[in-house]
Amino acid sequence: MPLVDIRDVRKSYGAVEVLKGVSLDIAQGDVAAIIGRSGSGKSTLLRCINGLETYQSGSICVDGVEVAGEKTNLRELRRNVGMVFQQFNLFPHLTAAQNVTLAPKVVNKTGETQAMDLAKEMLAKVGLSDKAGNYPSQLSGGQQQRVAIARALAMRPKVLLCDEITSALDPELVNEVLRVVERLAKEGITLILVTHEMRFARDVGTKLVFMHAGKAHEEGPPKALFDAPRTPELRQFIGAPA
Amino acid sequence: MTYKLQFGELLPYMGVLFEGLLFTVVLTLISTVAGVGLGIGGAAARTFGPPWAGRVFVIYVELIRNTPFIVQLFFIYFGLPALGLKLSESQAAFLAMTINLGAYSTEIIRAGVEAVPKGHIEAGVSLAMTKWEVFAHIILKQALQKIWPALSSQIIIVMLGSSVVSQISAEDLTYAANFVQSRNFRAFEAYFAVALAYLGLAIVMRAMLRGIGRLMFPGH
Ligand SMILES: Nc1ncnc2c1ncn2[C@@H]1O[C@H](COP(=O)(O)OP(=O)(O)O)[C@@H](O)[C@H]1O
Ligand SMILES: [Mg+2]
Repeated sequence: MPLVDIRDVRKSYGAVEVLKGVSLDIAQGDVAAIIGRSGSGKSTLLRCINGLETYQSGSICVDGVEVAGEKTNLRELRRNVGMVFQQFNLFPHLTAAQNVTLAPKVVNKTGETQAMDLAKEMLAKVGLSDKAGNYPSQLSGGQQQRVAIARALAMRPKVLLCDEITSALDPELVNEVLRVVERLAKEGITLILVTHEMRFARDVGTKLVFMHAGKAHEEGPPKALFDAPRTPELRQFIGAPA
Repeated sequence: MTYKLQFGELLPYMGVLFEGLLFTVVLTLISTVAGVGLGIGGAAARTFGPPWAGRVFVIYVELIRNTPFIVQLFFIYFGLPALGLKLSESQAAFLAMTINLGAYSTEIIRAGVEAVPKGHIEAGVSLAMTKWEVFAHIILKQALQKIWPALSSQIIIVMLGSSVVSQISAEDLTYAANFVQSRNFRAFEAYFAVALAYLGLAIVMRAMLRGIGRLMFPGH
């Protein structure tokens, strides 16, 4: 059974249908890179997976639990689905360590000493052990995004959603974040990444998904797809010769 | 025209004046805590609560912001007994002050809440926090930080406005001044001394509020 099972999901904002029947399987340990033009519904799809958005029809199951199910405990679901945003969204009134431990303390009732260990462990994972006491305003964009990753990981999610997490960064800071993501991928964490970093998608992804016009237009192994796109839309998107 | 200032004539009444000062300080402290608490609740209701709760607070805020404080006070002290609710002067003063500050701080804090980026709410929600947990742990402190200067000013305004409670014979600083000058006929001295006391209170409170702000909001 796939860890994330998306079946024919349709989603409209008012009269505008944004997702027009998306189907997608993501297995445990997959690193799924979602690419596609701006406005093709990539963010909307991610946000449906953790219940930030609702959808009108179809189904999304995470670890066997239907996101929009009537009896679904969204809190339980979101424990299993972490999310990292383009704009970091760190809490400015909390230090890096406090950002990491807030949800474990509030949601999981993790005790103070355990929380401190957790902060250490997670900040080490993203290479920021020395920044535990810094406030977000004292960190570079790349460091802030790494704290945001540590914060999401602190809930020990089964799958981590990343929505263009390097798009708001200065070019010289992109790599430090990508390296962290690559390390997570090697550790076997299931990742779904919306990204414009084609090289990264090709090298680190285990699966490439091309979103186009509200659908998963083409999917497959990244290298194969980049080398030989089957549809003209993907061919055009990656700028491959026809 | 000469008038000989005789502040010495206030000396026998220092005890009365001090008690009035103490009442004003305590009245301000308690109604500040209660009023800001009410404001936090109101802001939460208006931004995160069910629509009916939001509407209740809209009506409350508009009612209070568009009527004079002294009328609110008189309504509570003289009007409510008609409904069977008889309060002492002090109780009425505390209640009126709290309700008044509660309305203004609802508006002020709500503005702060709305200035918190929506992304922080989504980040909190996607970390499996409920919206109330998000409000309490993520939004509230940021909101208070953003509006702390405005809220501080409002608290001072309410402290100064508390002088009105002397009109229902709550024994505050202004009541004490009225009392003193009715006894020794030294109106200038009495009100001058009390004006200085209010000024001193306002300066001290401003400094304290600034200090509290620095303690509560590090790292910005
Ligand atoms: N909250 C919203 N309300 C209305 N339309 C929206 C909303 N969010 C996104 N859209 C629209 O949905 C479409 C897909 O958006 P999005 O999922 O953000 O695309 P992508 O992430 O691929 O750029 C766009 O046309 C966008 O304008
Ligand atoms: Mg997007």
